[in-house]
Amino acid sequence: MTTTDTRPAGVTGARTGPRDAARRGRRGPASWFRGGGHHSLVFLLPLLIVFAVFSWIPIGRAVLMSFQATNLVTDPTFVGLDNFQAVLADPLLWTAVKNTCYFALLALLFGYPVPLVAALLMSEVRRARGLFSALAYLPVVVPPVVAVLLWKFFYDAGPDGVFNTLLGHIGLGPLAWLQDADIAMPALVLEATWAAAGGTIIIYLAALTGVDSSLYEAAEIDGAGIWHKIWHITLPQLRGVLLITFILQIIGTAQVFLEPFLFTDGGPANSTVTVLLLIYRYAFTNSLGGDYGGATALSLMLAVVLALFSALYFRLTRSWSSS
Amino acid sequence: MRPAQRTDRGLIAPTDWKRPGVRWTTRLTHTALLGALVAVGLGPMLWLAKAAVTPTQDTLRRPLALWPNGIDLANLAEAWTRIEIDKYFLNTVIIAAGAWAVQLLVATTGGYALAVLRPRYGKALSGIVLATLFVPSVVLLVPLYLTVLDPPLLGTSLLNTFWAVWLPAGANAFNVLLMQRFFANLPREVFEAARVDGAGPYRLFWSIVLPMSRPIVGVVSVFAVILSWKDFLWPMLVLPDPDLQPLSVRLPALQRFVELDVFLAALAISTLIPIALFLLFQRMFLSGAGLGGAIKGLGGG
Repeated sequence: MTTTDTRPAGVTGARTGPRDAARRGRRGPASWFRGGGHHSLVFLLPLLIVFAVFSWIPIGRAVLMSFQATNLVTDPTFVGLDNFQAVLADPLLWTAVKNTCYFALLALLFGYPVPLVAALLMSEVRRARGLFSALAYLPVVVPPVVAVLLWKFFYDAGPDGVFNTLLGHIGLGPLAWLQDADIAMPALVLEATWAAAGGTIIIYLAALTGVDSSLYEAAEIDGAGIWHKIWHITLPQLRGVLLITFILQIIGTAQVFLEPFLFTDGGPANSTVTVLLLIYRYAFTNSLGGDYGGATALSLMLAVVLALFSALYFRLTRSWSSS
Repeated sequence: MRPAQRTDRGLIAPTDWKRPGVRWTTRLTHTALLGALVAVGLGPMLWLAKAAVTPTQDTLRRPLALWPNGIDLANLAEAWTRIEIDKYFLNTVIIAAGAWAVQLLVATTGGYALAVLRPRYGKALSGIVLATLFVPSVVLLVPLYLTVLDPPLLGTSLLNTFWAVWLPAGANAFNVLLMQRFFANLPREVFEAARVDGAGPYRLFWSIVLPMSRPIVGVVSVFAVILSWKDFLWPMLVLPDPDLQPLSVRLPALQRFVELDVFLAALAISTLIPIALFLLFQRMFLSGAGLGGAIKGLGGG
């Protein structure tokens, strides 16, 4: 938490400025004001207001609301664990959890090895490496909505659809893609992987420049081949980054919303309903008025699972950047 | 991480590079890799550029034809005027500009106070700012929406105003963290010298700290604009009025009643600014800042 203070030297040494000394003597508010303490508060005002109104209070409210029945008309009433029980009893929840896990698993299968292999190959490029990474990163800057709508057209189920034409060239298909309950989810993951892989490649490329190359030299003297070097030197040195991208990907895919919402709206046959889509439906598409209690209860449960992953993430990044 | 050990060599030994077999294999692999990257990274964008100026029938019948039968530049003009992409484009720009301004205001002033002025409660405060990074944005979805419907002290709903997008964007702990770290690493002797010369905290902020912080302000700015351009779920919730919606929210709705060629032209127009920003600030995107983008991705949605 106290990230700035783990910073080495110089900064902390300068703590005993004249104003700090004045502040340390505990005097009344008038001298605190004259001593300049109010300046900090003036500068902190935007942060305090924005974070209080749009972050801290809503977080507290989320916890509160998960134990309440709220309908915006009458005053909210406390209902204990009813919201949680109702959500857990929803048969669609388990479909959504299963689908989200399936999405995360497929995203790992598609999306985890590809950037690593690409980055390993790209790190050996001698000329125009910038061109390689720019090309790889390009999909990341395409607005996600544009990407999904474009891919939706590519996934056209007819024999003249873009992907079906491509499959036709190698004698396969045509596939129904988004209309097929078995293929819809992999199709979503394919687009999501395309959209995200570039960012991971850049992270790996940065990490690869930090690999200690004297180890390669030592291994070569022992007669190690290229696979041996990758397996015993490169990958172990990337271990930290690999773990971090793994966790980031889990956290990201657990919150997938855009793809199922825009591609299929959960269909066909609920095969792409994800947890976030379910939360959205509870709160905003309920014809009886939003089930805000149920939505916040479910989002809190998801948050607890994700918080464990992000706590792990922060532990790792801190030990990684300070090593 | 370990810049001292960075040398020119990579996985393949310099002596191996001299062997023709190795050179040929790597050259072949790299050509294949380049081909794959062009097809996967650039391909869809080129296809979109072509489809934007191709009549609907051509795109439907032979989507992979390299050259369209007829070029229909009118698609772009029609998307811009009749489908009112100009309006949604302007909305997107206004939303991005406001979100940028709010984020920068909060992050620079807050970071300055926490890193340079260092009030006694600063540690605790940066603690609870940072703690919000652990809270996924899903949790905020409903309570934030209700806050926008009935904000404290204001007495009027922010729904269907740009403030509903601008203000929550400011509560970005990652920006504050970046600024705070950067300010904390500025040489303190400069601050002391300025103080001796009679500069107060406001002068110090405006004339010394901010000018010294252009690199980090640039990074935060570019990512603020890109992030805002990409945002979908939140603006969709708080801007139900189509006249106020940004491109990302309006495009899925347009798809239902606009003919395909004009729609694809609209998609192409929406992609121009982010790609232009990327080409302009390539180095920023392709350096370590990518990791920052990944962390911001924690927000998800």
